[in-house]
Amino acid sequence: MPVLIRIARTLRRTLLQAVPTILGIVVLNFFLLQLAPGDAADVLAGEAGSATQESVAALRARFGLDSPVLEQLATYLGNLAQFSLGFSPRYGMPVADLIAQRLPGTLTLMAVALLIAILLGIVLGSLMANFAGRIPDRVLSVFSLLFYSIPSFWIGLMLIVLFSIKLGWLPSGGAGTIGSQLKGLPALFDTARYMVLPATSLALFYVAIYARLTRAAMLEVKSQDFVRTAYAKGLTPFGVTARHILRNALIPITTMAGMHIGGMLGGAVVVETVYSWPGLGRLAFEAVMGRDFTVLLGILLLSSLLVIIANAAVDLVHAWLDPRIGAR
Amino acid sequence: MSTTDFGAFPAVTGGAYAAPATSEQATAPERPAWSNVKAPDARSQPTAAVAFTNGRRALKVFLANPNALFGTAFLALVIAVALLAPVLYPDDPLSMVGKPFLWPGQDPTFPLGTDSLGRDVLAGILHGSRISLFVGLMATALSLTFGVFVGAIAGYFAGWVDDLLVRLIEIFQTLPSFVLLVVLVAIVQPSATTVTLAIAVISWPTVARLTRAEFRTIREKDFVMAARSLGFGHGRIIFREILPNALPPIIVTSSVMVATAILMESALSFMGLGDPNVVSWGSMIGTGRELVRTAWYLTALPGLAIVFTVLALNLIGDGLNDALNPRFTQDR
Repeated sequence: MPVLIRIARTLRRTLLQAVPTILGIVVLNFFLLQLAPGDAADVLAGEAGSATQESVAALRARFGLDSPVLEQLATYLGNLAQFSLGFSPRYGMPVADLIAQRLPGTLTLMAVALLIAILLGIVLGSLMANFAGRIPDRVLSVFSLLFYSIPSFWIGLMLIVLFSIKLGWLPSGGAGTIGSQLKGLPALFDTARYMVLPATSLALFYVAIYARLTRAAMLEVKSQDFVRTAYAKGLTPFGVTARHILRNALIPITTMAGMHIGGMLGGAVVVETVYSWPGLGRLAFEAVMGRDFTVLLGILLLSSLLVIIANAAVDLVHAWLDPRIGAR
Repeated sequence: MSTTDFGAFPAVTGGAYAAPATSEQATAPERPAWSNVKAPDARSQPTAAVAFTNGRRALKVFLANPNALFGTAFLALVIAVALLAPVLYPDDPLSMVGKPFLWPGQDPTFPLGTDSLGRDVLAGILHGSRISLFVGLMATALSLTFGVFVGAIAGYFAGWVDDLLVRLIEIFQTLPSFVLLVVLVAIVQPSATTVTLAIAVISWPTVARLTRAEFRTIREKDFVMAARSLGFGHGRIIFREILPNALPPIIVTSSVMVATAILMESALSFMGLGDPNVVSWGSMIGTGRELVRTAWYLTALPGLAIVFTVLALNLIGDGLNDALNPRFTQDR
């Protein structure tokens, strides 16, 4: 029972703190986007090619782009209060639907990438900590730094060259075989094939961080008394590492993972461009190019929410991993 | 709950991990004081130990580290190349000079080959180092200045100023930074200056957060109390007393920030959001991308330039971290 109380308390505190942050983000973004030259009506008119002064004005009036800025802000906030993200002039559909279409793609990509990064990072980090100061540690540490220095779009293209063009093993872009009628397990396998390269490109950068974090945290925990006790009571080295050392080392790792959600979303913009992955990142890029500010505001707000939720989740995981944390 | 005071014992809680949980107030829960991603080793470093850094010892440790030396040497090479590029290749690297699609080594005049328009790849890479270094260094300098200033004020004065600034930092850290960067660059027309400014805008919160954490700890030390009782003004205490002691982690962060800024600039120009009139490594990859099936060297070569430059900066950051955070040199 105290576990639940602790978790509830952590959750309440996080939520209360999130409200002003979100409001600040919405207002800041709104004014930021007002600074941009041109609006959706300009781009639509430009693409139509035959727009007149009157038709552009009509477009503006239809989407409320001609009302005073503060009025537009008030309308937007009013819409938000009713959980509506507004209407996209460019795509001709509600922003929420548009985002809902793209969100699963990005979330899966990010989840798979994060999973790869954390697993690989923990394995590498444990190896490094086990051989601390010796040759394997040094070699792996330089390697992890190398991963950290590779731009994700470049490694993405290089992986395409190797695995799609030279070897022909994996597809070079897209999210699934077009027109395939696969169901169940084969369909999952098909998606996985399309997912491997983008997720790896996105994950590689973070592998280094988790590896070094794991190494440092494990070295730190290793010298603690409770680890000696665990050995003394006859646990196997693997048991001690997995149950006692790693569990404690997981706290800084999960903290970082929560902080990386935002960064990964940014990375997804680039990786999705490389692999033509239908996700939120590409939608954001298209919205910037099309001056579709309602969509952009929606994406920025939603991704900020995602970051906040991720951090709340991390707090919860902490409260579960370490009973002392939620005790305040 | 009695566990609260139990958690205050560093020995019980496993040292530094409990520190954020006990010493920080509700404003920034569980966030590590050392928020920079690159220096996770140092993140668990209690700030107190950093205050006793010895400059000469640190330099000795840095110079004894082969990785750091390699990084420094490579960075020196890149800087030399950036400075010499206009002398070695005085022509515009965007001008067409040879036959298109020459592979590296095919023609001795163009050691790294030519692209689809017959532009010299080597000239492009050499000139590209200029924009990468310019953006990396300037953006870091700007965000360091602003971030240290904001962080110092928040950490030193505490109270409502701190609350307000922490909110601001939090807003910037919650927004996905690269998405914000794309938006910022799209709003103002992309040029070397605006890209630099935009990168600075998204990277100052990291510095501010770090500086604030350092200031909060150091503010409570006896020597600051002594300075206060001697009647020193706020400005003098901040800049002459606390700042020098807060510098080591900021220095480590700054070399990594240059690396990150270079990566961000290249990603932006890869997506076509860079300065269109200047050749940059990212834009070379962006144009080579369409030809990746037939002429993959056009993508590979500028990318290697990015990887090695960024790696050099990260190696330097690693070396600085070892040199300035004495505790971690012991595990090695």
